[in-house]
Amino acid sequence: MAKQDSLQGSLDLLVLKILSRRPRLHGYAIMSAIGEMSDDVLRAEEGSLYPALHRMEEAGWIRAEWVTKDTRRRARIYELTAAGKKQLAAEESRWVTVTSAVNRILRTV
Amino acid sequence: MSLWSRISNVFRGEHLNRDIEEEFEAHVAEAIAEGRDPEEARRALGAAMRQRQQSHDVRVIGWLDSLRADLVFGWRQLKRNKVTSAAAILSLALAIGACTSAFRLIDALLWRTLPVDHPERLYAMSREGFGFDGKFGSFDSWAYPDFQLMRTAVKGQAELIAISYTIHSDITFKTDQEMEKANVQHVSGRVFPIFGIEPAAGRLFTENDDLKPGAAPYAVLSYDYWSRRFGRDPNVVGRTFHFGDGIYQIIGVSEKKFTGTEPGTIIDIFIPTMMHRSVTRQDSTWFRMLVVVPPGTAVEPLRAKLAAVSHAFEAKRLSGQTGLSPETLKNVLNNEMLLKPAPTGVSWMQKEYTRALGALGMLVLMVLLIACANVANLMTAQAAARAREMALRVSIGAGRWRLVQMVLVESALLAFLAAASGALFAWWSAPFVVSMINPPDNPARMILPADSRVLGFGIGLTLVVVLLFGLLPALRASSVRPVSILKGGDDPHSRQRLMHGMIALQVTFCFLVLFVAGLFVTTFKRLSNKPTGFSADRILLLETKSRPAQSPIYWDQIADQLRGVPGVERVSQALWALLSGSGWNDSIAVNGGPPSVDLAYFLNVSPGFLETMRIPLIGGRDFRDGDLYNNTAIVNEAFARRFLNDDNPVGKVFEIASDDGKRQPMQVVGVMRDAYYRDIREPMLPVVFVPFHHKDAKGGLLPEGDETFIVRTTAANPMALSTTLRQEVSKARSGFRVSNARTQLELNQAQTIRERLLATLAFFFGAVALLLAGIGLYGVLNYSVLQQQREIGIRMALGAPVGDVARRVMPGISVAVAIGAVAGLALGLTSVRYIESLLYQVKATDADVLVIPFLTILLAVVIAAVPAVLRAMRVDPVAMLRVE
Repeated sequence: MAKQDSLQGSLDLLVLKILSRRPRLHGYAIMSAIGEMSDDVLRAEEGSLYPALHRMEEAGWIRAEWVTKDTRRRARIYELTAAGKKQLAAEESRWVTVTSAVNRILRTV
Repeated sequence: MSLWSRISNVFRGEHLNRDIEEEFEAHVAEAIAEGRDPEEARRALGAAMRQRQQSHDVRVIGWLDSLRADLVFGWRQLKRNKVTSAAAILSLALAIGACTSAFRLIDALLWRTLPVDHPERLYAMSREGFGFDGKFGSFDSWAYPDFQLMRTAVKGQAELIAISYTIHSDITFKTDQEMEKANVQHVSGRVFPIFGIEPAAGRLFTENDDLKPGAAPYAVLSYDYWSRRFGRDPNVVGRTFHFGDGIYQIIGVSEKKFTGTEPGTIIDIFIPTMMHRSVTRQDSTWFRMLVVVPPGTAVEPLRAKLAAVSHAFEAKRLSGQTGLSPETLKNVLNNEMLLKPAPTGVSWMQKEYTRALGALGMLVLMVLLIACANVANLMTAQAAARAREMALRVSIGAGRWRLVQMVLVESALLAFLAAASGALFAWWSAPFVVSMINPPDNPARMILPADSRVLGFGIGLTLVVVLLFGLLPALRASSVRPVSILKGGDDPHSRQRLMHGMIALQVTFCFLVLFVAGLFVTTFKRLSNKPTGFSADRILLLETKSRPAQSPIYWDQIADQLRGVPGVERVSQALWALLSGSGWNDSIAVNGGPPSVDLAYFLNVSPGFLETMRIPLIGGRDFRDGDLYNNTAIVNEAFARRFLNDDNPVGKVFEIASDDGKRQPMQVVGVMRDAYYRDIREPMLPVVFVPFHHKDAKGGLLPEGDETFIVRTTAANPMALSTTLRQEVSKARSGFRVSNARTQLELNQAQTIRERLLATLAFFFGAVALLLAGIGLYGVLNYSVLQQQREIGIRMALGAPVGDVARRVMPGISVAVAIGAVAGLALGLTSVRYIESLLYQVKATDADVLVIPFLTILLAVVIAAVPAVLRAMRVDPVAMLRVE
């Protein structure tokens, strides 16, 4: 089972969002991007990231491809599919609904 | 994509793992490049194995993956025991193939409905009772005027269709010299519209083609014949051919699926019933009658109505026949009319081969069960050898069903390998069996589709087989108790009980197969060794026709010409050959008495026929030149006994009493020994030979259109001369030609085709059953010695004699064999009733029929036991005690 971490429930959303901005990233770059863009507040554990990537690949939201980099090492890069774009939109609106609901509770109490 | 990729990932396991591994390596390299500590980066990635397992699980379907693993493991197990696996697969393949083959034949002959509209509405009409020959039987042939009356009577309620018996007849598309044979059938004009058959070319018959006798000389070809003979040439429509005395025009080709209504025969050419020369005759029956009963019409009132009309017709017709004995008349009019469902058509082959195929089907099923028992024993023995492995699996947490699945998958692998090879066997063997049913003039041809029905049967059979031999060993293997196994061994006796049970079953079925095979082989031997009363040695039969009919003087001249051909020893003539299936019978009257109920059988022969056929003359003389029909006759002993009180018949006079009351006196000039006329199974018939030459009303000789030249050749193979003699006949005089050349031996053998088929196949399967049962016994004995090695070793160490050791191994098996044999005997004696009609002069209670299977099985047991006993005696006590 996936390890509990700070990104519980939102990892898919972040990965999809990052891939929508910057296509063709490999796993390490996605992980770095999450850290970078959140000013190191958020951190994706490697142990959750790869199963999530593979799961989303099987679900058809992202597709993977082997490319040979200048270091002659092969890297597996990911990009969004059409289904992934739809999924991103759905996840985003779900996230907005949830966070605004949480915010309302925080404010009223 | 997703499900498919997960399924396909199951089969690329190693590759997938490497992919994931490489991606992780790339990740670590990236981290190092960023300046992170390599150790820390690896630790952050977590245990690579766990990672991979999680990612792997996401990318494959779990149960499918375990199935794949089981298949691979099962395959390894099979490969590890190559010889036993091959033996198991081969024996199962043979059995599954034979069963599938039997299913194909039985399905094609009996179960598959005709490919016509509403086959379930078809009924066949027949009569049952005493016939004109005074014998009880069932008759399905009808006279056309009778048919017309019945058709009119039920108009609006049901449709009646006339379909003639198939004639394997001469036809020519060009000149008479290019004669060929085709299966010709006369059918009602309405048959195609009623059956919903479409033309593949041209048009088909309609009612209008079947209105007036002789008015529509048209023909429809079957698709099969069109393909075979004309390569599907569409221009064949419009061509003409000669058949009988007429010229027919081809108007079309019927749809591919329709090959006639007689399973076992494929029709080549259809012709309207109105073109049959007996279509107006009241006394000639030549076709079968099918009744199409629409839904909502009750069958019984319909039958009663048809029966009443037909009875009235017969009564009226026979009232004019003064030549029949009152008893025959009463018998014939008392025949019962039957209307039986015929969705699968009606054919001689159904009548002749239903029981035979059923019996064969049971035999191959027995062989299948024997093979299953064998494999079950094999699996049980292997499971014993793998008990430790199973125990280990259970101890590290394998579930019970997981183990059942594992063993069953191995069984299924075995069964499907066997089924695949069995399919090849069935593909070859079903047509092979049909080709063995080859009467010279009407070889059976059957449509044997390999379609979803056959496939479904094959798959179903394979699954049943898997359960039959796989389930028990699987359940047994899964119920291991790790504690007892890991301690050093469980109770071997329960396993042996299962195996002994299987052996008892095998012996039961084996006994049954051998017993039935013995009955069939004895039947065939009795029939084929039966003296026919004549010699078929070196006899060639030339069935010859002349068009138009010619004077017998010319026929005699041709016979003379044939006598001059080198290699010819003797030539005689007859209207047809003995045992050819043709016949002519009439009642006999003696001293002006009433016509007899039982009939005498007649044949026109030339002087010298008796000597050519080596039928001994026991009194009087042979015919000579100048003897004329109805002055002289040669009778056989059966005739003399039946009609002439047996005392010196030569010189006596009797009369042929025809149905119409006409009587022709004949004087006996010779008496011959009995010889079979028509069928070697029936009691000897009273036979009269009469001369060929026949004066007509004006005092000239009657011309003849058909004769058979009976040629005895000097060379051992009479067929070698057939081409020369054919040419000689055509050369001798224009208008004469040989339409068929065959040997008397062929005709004799044709009498026992079914018996030969049964004997050959039953013998083959008997041998297979015995072999399989022998292998099974050997395997179990061998196993039980292995199991008892320790005990035997200890006993031998304590000084037990060798005989005692042998006795240790044998008793369980002996009891199993004895039980099996007795059960087989009981089964055999009860089932023999079903095959009684296939047997000839052999009873289930005959000593040799019972003793031979017993001895054979006993011998097999001894042969199978020798290696095991030897092995037991060679057990080295010291080595045994050191093992544990």
